[in-house]
Amino acid sequence: MKKLYLLSATLFFITMILPAGAQYKPGDVAGDFSLKNVDGKIVSLSDMTDAKGFIVAFWCNTCPVVKQYETRLVNIHKEYASKGFPVIAVNSNDPGISPGDSFDEMKKVARNKNYGFHYLYDESQQVARRFGATNTPHLFLLSKRDGKLVVEYTGAIDNNAEDASLADKKYLSDAVNSLLRGSGPQVKSTRAIGCSIKWKKS
Amino acid sequence: MRNILLTVVVILIIHPQSINAQKVERIGIPELEAILTSNDDRLYVVNFWATWCAPCVKELPYFEKVAPEYKPEDVRFILVSLDFPQQIDRQLLPFLRKNRITLEVKAMTDLDYDAWIRKVDRDWQGNIPATLLFNNKANKRLFIPREVDEKDLREAIDKFL
Repeated sequence: MKKLYLLSATLFFITMILPAGAQYKPGDVAGDFSLKNVDGKIVSLSDMTDAKGFIVAFWCNTCPVVKQYETRLVNIHKEYASKGFPVIAVNSNDPGISPGDSFDEMKKVARNKNYGFHYLYDESQQVARRFGATNTPHLFLLSKRDGKLVVEYTGAIDNNAEDASLADKKYLSDAVNSLLRGSGPQVKSTRAIGCSIKWKKS
Repeated sequence: MRNILLTVVVILIIHPQSINAQKVERIGIPELEAILTSNDDRLYVVNFWATWCAPCVKELPYFEKVAPEYKPEDVRFILVSLDFPQQIDRQLLPFLRKNRITLEVKAMTDLDYDAWIRKVDRDWQGNIPATLLFNNKANKRLFIPREVDEKDLREAIDKFL
């Protein structure tokens, strides 16, 4: 009995510490979030009742890899928002470490780059922590199933950060297209080089 | 004699990089795998970085400072640059000259990241900086997917030697 108690205490402890480093994986259910958009309004996923799902993009103003993908993300939103999968970009970088990632700078980038999508400020970094985002860019494709937000794909937009015309694996578009066809993505998770999210010093 | 001196001066003006010659080998997946599977009973310290990555640039001097404290036959340091292929000549090489980087630098030019990131470490998400320490022969391995300072680096190396 004592052993059993010890075991359950250990298991409890493990589940307590795991979520800190865990990442949403395909098949997981994602939680809703509410964050401030560059237009000053608070945006929640649950407010967008028409959406079939979301392309959540952990994003920022400063990372050169993100900059390589700015136009591509704008085009992805143009293509898929009307089909029910809008882009929701989230900047979680601490402006104390990366001043170029402040809310004011986000507004400028959104204006200059004609972001047609919501560009949200995750000031507390809780959304990035909950998703287990590690880099920018880092994408999480979610779809609504039975009132839940299910993670369908995580990772990169495609397989050539430097030159969009040379990318021959369009992971994200392929994943959204397969959802629109009613099937699941074949590639559910990829990794890519990116900038570490600038976490607040605790 | 004067002619020779003049020639040397002219060469240095034309080829300033010959003062601090830093050759950068461009590598792909096979060459990266060859490094990762090295079996020569040395500790490898492989740092993944890019000139555009501020925390990476910040920690480079620590590698430069710590490396000379160890014998090359004990520890081999390799800086794997992830600068985009088109940036190697105009960004990476001038950066190495300007910052007097003397450690071995290799430029990983395969942009199909998903094809090789897990080969470096099963859990690596691709965020840089990241540093891998290993001695395959001694079956030792430590992956640090974040910034390190001089102390972290020295401690990690000393633990394995």
